[in-house]
Amino acid sequence: MNTFSESAATALALITGFDPVLLSIVARSLAVSASACILACAGGLVLGAWLGVARFPGRGALLTVLNTLLALPSVVVGLVIYLLLSRSGPLGFLGWLFSFKAMVLAQTVLVLPVVAALTRQVVEDVDRAHGEQLTSLGAGRLLRAMLLAWDERYALLTVVIASFGRAISEVGAVMIVGGNIDGFTRVMTTAIALETSKGDLPLALALGIVLLGVVLALNALIAAVRRWRIGGKDQPLLLEGAPG
Amino acid sequence: MSGLVQLNAVGVRFGHVQALDGVNLRVAAGERLALVGANGSGKSTLLRVLHGLVSPTRGSVLRDSAARQAMVFQRPHMLRLSALNNVALALWIRGTEWKQARQIASLSLGRVGLGDAASRNARTLSGGQQQRLALARAWSLGPDLLFLDEPTSSLDPNAKREVEALMAEFAQGGTTLVFASHNLGQVKRLATRVVYLEQGRVLADLPVHDFFNGSRLGETSREADLFIKGELA
Repeated sequence: MNTFSESAATALALITGFDPVLLSIVARSLAVSASACILACAGGLVLGAWLGVARFPGRGALLTVLNTLLALPSVVVGLVIYLLLSRSGPLGFLGWLFSFKAMVLAQTVLVLPVVAALTRQVVEDVDRAHGEQLTSLGAGRLLRAMLLAWDERYALLTVVIASFGRAISEVGAVMIVGGNIDGFTRVMTTAIALETSKGDLPLALALGIVLLGVVLALNALIAAVRRWRIGGKDQPLLLEGAPG
Repeated sequence: MSGLVQLNAVGVRFGHVQALDGVNLRVAAGERLALVGANGSGKSTLLRVLHGLVSPTRGSVLRDSAARQAMVFQRPHMLRLSALNNVALALWIRGTEWKQARQIASLSLGRVGLGDAASRNARTLSGGQQQRLALARAWSLGPDLLFLDEPTSSLDPNAKREVEALMAEFAQGGTTLVFASHNLGQVKRLATRVVYLEQGRVLADLPVHDFFNGSRLGETSREADLFIKGELA
């Protein structure tokens, strides 16, 4: 049996045997990314919806920056958060470096532009098509943004799921600010990197399989939401009595 | 100003396009004013300026601030809510308490014959039903002035008749109507006054009878001539 198949067999045994080390790493990963995703969505959905309807000088430049942040390298985020949280940094007094909170903060910073930029696009498109009807009813800009965001909730659910996928699959930021401390800040991606470098392929492979499973589940969820949306999508203005 | 809305030398420009140019118009209470003209003549922009959705780039707009307004669009957009809640939401936005808003909404739906569809998702209603729902939404707001942008253009003859009947009911109830239309028959049936637009300019502003009988508009504009004959409608 070659190394890969041996490692794969051991990895499957770890997964099916609910290995406690494996489970703790997976649980920590999910907790960090879910917390970051909730925080990023709380800010990003509101910011994006508002940007979708707001018009002000400098908006174009702000959107360019926001769209640029979509491709923000996770190691750069990690580095910046590290500098902010380090003992001599402006947020050093918090004592968050190499902690769960630091990892959540880093992933929040990484994901928030994704949520905000994609939400802005969704809301702006629908506002361009139908926003004036809400304005006609008397809705102000913020209420219009919130109503349109709510109306596009299925599209935005896809954004939320995609942002969670971005958070859970990144490695650079959590590695730098979390430190990959065993039993404390070790998450799936950092553990895979470490175990691979140590030559402990079964654990790395098991974590890789779980990570792939999570990403696969997210994709399946996105596809399901998309099907659900299409199923409940607006009916076109059919002629009454016409087939369809 | 003695009318509900008055435009003085209004111009609207979108980039390089002059959508409206030097429009003077006064809408008086109780009128049924039809805006007619070919596609791109400026009817929809004029409606939006009158309603306050578009600000003029030149000229001025005077409004009777006490007059309540509502607008029905060519393709009404309903939120992913029940028909009842779509109407109630419009009232809630204007400050009515939610419980009371739902009661008024229920009455409005009954008035347009959609009482049975109150709990249905508004997006699943047919085109004609959605337009009636839009009229119910407008009716619930109790407007003194109702704008309608080609409200029947995408409907079949039956749905057209239903919507026209509701528009006539609005008018009988004292609501001033301003509507854009390509349908000359509809204009004859519903309007008391016709404004003809061409390339953003008002070429004629006449009582409906004069517009269709004895107007010399056709002599000054080939497009108007074709329009009145129904060949551009």
